[in-house]
Amino acid sequence: MKTIDANKLYYKILNDQIHDAVDSGYRNIAINNVYGQYYIGDGLMQPVKIDINGIPGNDLGIFMDGPSIYVHGDAQDGIGNTMSGGKIVIDGNAGDVLGYSMRGGRIYVRGNVGYRTCIHMKSYKDDFPIVIIGGRTGEFAGEYMAGGVLVILDLFSEINTYDCNFIGAGMHGGIIIVRGKVNSDSLGREVKVTSLLQEDLLQIKEYLFEYCQELNINYNNVMKSRFTKIISATNRPYKNLYIDGFLH
Amino acid sequence: MKWFKKVHHYLPPDFILERADDLCIRCKACVTQCSFDANFYDQKRNFIYTLQQNCVGCNRCVAYCPTEAIVVKNRPNPFREHSHWGAYYISGIKRRAYYGGTPVKSMGNDRPFPIYWDKLLLNASQVTNPSIDPLREPMELRTYIGRRPKYLKKGEALPPSIMLQTPIMIGAMSYGALSFNSVESIGRAVTMAGTFFNSGEGGLSRDHYKFSKHVIVQVASGRFGVHKEYLDIGSAIEIKIGQGAKPGIGGHLPGEKVSESISQARMIPKGTDALSPAPHHDIYSIEDLRQLIYALKEATRYSKPVIVKIAAVHNVAAIASGIARSGADAISIDGFKGGTGAAPEIIRNHVGIPIELALAAVDTRLRQEGIRNEVSIIASGGIRGSADAIKAIALGADAVYIGTAALITLGCTLCQQCHTGRCAWGITTQDPFLSKRVNPDIMSEHLYNLFNVWSLELKEIMGAMGVNSIESLRGNRLHLRGVGLSDRDLEILGVLPAGE
Repeated sequence: MKTIDANKLYYKILNDQIHDAVDSGYRNIAINNVYGQYYIGDGLMQPVKIDINGIPGNDLGIFMDGPSIYVHGDAQDGIGNTMSGGKIVIDGNAGDVLGYSMRGGRIYVRGNVGYRTCIHMKSYKDDFPIVIIGGRTGEFAGEYMAGGVLVILDLFSEINTYDCNFIGAGMHGGIIIVRGKVNSDSLGREVKVTSLLQEDLLQIKEYLFEYCQELNINYNNVMKSRFTKIISATNRPYKNLYIDGFLH
Repeated sequence: MKWFKKVHHYLPPDFILERADDLCIRCKACVTQCSFDANFYDQKRNFIYTLQQNCVGCNRCVAYCPTEAIVVKNRPNPFREHSHWGAYYISGIKRRAYYGGTPVKSMGNDRPFPIYWDKLLLNASQVTNPSIDPLREPMELRTYIGRRPKYLKKGEALPPSIMLQTPIMIGAMSYGALSFNSVESIGRAVTMAGTFFNSGEGGLSRDHYKFSKHVIVQVASGRFGVHKEYLDIGSAIEIKIGQGAKPGIGGHLPGEKVSESISQARMIPKGTDALSPAPHHDIYSIEDLRQLIYALKEATRYSKPVIVKIAAVHNVAAIASGIARSGADAISIDGFKGGTGAAPEIIRNHVGIPIELALAAVDTRLRQEGIRNEVSIIASGGIRGSADAIKAIALGADAVYIGTAALITLGCTLCQQCHTGRCAWGITTQDPFLSKRVNPDIMSEHLYNLFNVWSLELKEIMGAMGVNSIESLRGNRLHLRGVGLSDRDLEILGVLPAGE
C-alpha cells in the first residue's frame, strides 16, 4: 500500500509518482488531497487499485487498460476518455463527456453526470464497455453511440418519466437502458424504444449487482422497477444521405 | 446493372469507351478487370459490350488490353452549351434531384482553382555565389520534426523529435480507406527511404506493427483503433482536427468497406458505418486541445512528439499560433486541394484555402510572434512533385506530406471512386479479389524510387541555388519569385515579383 499526498502537486509530478509506485510493484495506491489534478491513471495497464480522496481533474483514466480507480468524491470532465479496460467507481457526481469513445471496462457513478455521456462509445467482440449512472444525465446521452451499454438508473428524482433531450442522437449501435419510462419527445431522431428482454437483463444483472455492492445501494429496490430499452433504429443512420458518384 | 434507360432518371455518361472491333481479340481482360461492371461478354454473339454509364474512366481496361483496342474518352458536354450553366452544374442538379442525396466524391478538389505553385519560380546562383554539384558534394536533406526550445539548461534533454532522411512523408490515409496491400507497400517504402507514413484515423493492423519505427499514428474524433498499445507503437502521434478536403466535417467510412480485417483494426462490428464526429467532443478550445496533447504525452511518458493536423481555413494563422502555444510539437496544415477517401462533393470543392497561402501566413505569423522554433510545420494538400515540395519548404514548411502522389505511384488514375470500395487498381478497396492487384513487392519499389528521385531532384535544385542544407532553405523566401500574382498575393506569400 502506497500513499501519495497530492496536495499542491502539479499533475505531471503526481502522475510521475503514481507511475513510479506502479513500476516498483505497488498494487494498492491511495492518493490524498487530490484537487483537480489531470490525467490520473492515464495509460496505466497494470491491475492496480487506486483510491482517490478528493476531486480528480479532467481525463481521469484516459487510455487506461486494467486499473480499478475509486473516487471518494465528485469527479470532473472526460472521465474514462478512450478507456480500454478496468473500472472507475465514482461516489459522487461527474462532469461532461464521461466515457468518450470508451471501448471496454466499467464506469459506475453514484450521482448525476453532465452532457454527452458515453459519446461514441463502442464495442468489439470481447471489449464491451458498461456505464451505470445512478442519477440523471445531461443532454445528448449516448450520442453517436456504436456499442456497449449505458444504464441510467435515475434513483434520486421524484419524477417518474425520464426526460433528457436528444438521448442517443446519431446512435448506431449499443443499448441505453433507463429505469422507468422515457419521455418520447426527448429521444434523438435515430433511436427507438423497445421493451427490455430477459437476455438484456441477464447481460447487465451481474454489473448492476456489482454497482450496488460497490456503492452501497439496495439491489432489490433497483430491480423492482420497470426498465426501458433504447436502441438505434438502424446501424447505418446516414445511408440515404449520400449518393455514390458512380451509381447513375 | 441497368439494362434500360430510365428517362426520368437519365444522366448522360461521363465517359465514352470505344473498342476497335478489328483489334479486339475477345480475350475478355477488360471484362474481368472492370470492377464497375462496365464491360461484359456476350457468348452467343462473341462480342464484348460496354455499359457506358458505368464507366468511371479509371483506365484499368486500357492498361490491360493486349492489343490497345480500347480508348476511354471524355464525353463532350452532353447538354446544350451555356457559358454560365456548365455540364458540372446541370448534372449536379439532376443527380441531387433524382436521388435525393448529396453526391459523395473522393480524391482532391477537381475544380479549376488557381494553383499558386505554378506562379512561383525558384532561384539559382550565377557568378557571385557559386552553385554546388550535388552528385559530388555533400547535401543535407535530413530533417527533424519536433519542438526546438529557445534554450536548454545544462544536462537537460532535447524534447522528443523524429528524424527524416528526406523532408517528404506520406500523409494520413487510413487502413480502411486503403487496402492492406497498399498500406504494406507504403510501409515498406518509407522504411527503405528512412521517412514516415501516417496511419490515418483507422487504427493499424497488427500485421503493420512491424513499421513501428516509421509510422505516425493518428488520433481522430472517432478514436477508432486508439488504445495504449497503438500509441506506444507510433514514432509520433498526430491529433487530427481537420482535413483539407473536408474541413469542419467528420469522417464516414461506409459500412461496405468495413470488412472483417478493418473491423479488427477499427474495433467496430463488421458492416457498420464508421462515423467520426465533426469535432473532437473533448476539444472545444485551445485549452481543451492542450488537454488532449498532454493526455497523449502523459500516456506515452513524454517520449514522442505530438503533431496537430488542421485544414487550411480562413484564419489558419491565428489557429496555428494557438496550437503552437498549446504544447504541440508540430503543426500539419492540409490545403484545400488535399485528397480524401470520401467527402461530400460540395464540401470538397468549395471549402478551405490553398496551402501555399495558408503556409506562408502561418510561417509569417509564428515568426512575428517569435515562436516559429517552438513547432515544426508540415505542409500538405496537392504536392505534385519535388518542385512543389521545395517551394513549400522555401515558404516555411519543415516537411511535406504526400498522399495522392503516393497513390498515383500505386497505380491510381484519379477516377475519384475510392468511397465506393471498388477500386479497379486494388488501392482503395477491401474486396479480397481486387486488393490483390497491388503487389507490395513491386509497389514498394516504385514508391521507394519516387522518394529517391524526388530527393535527388531536391538536391539538384538546392545545388543550383548554392544551398547545401535544407535547413538554410526553410522559410527562405528570397529564393522564390512570383509571376502573374497580384500585389496582395505577393504580400501574403512574402515573395517578391520576378525581376525585383
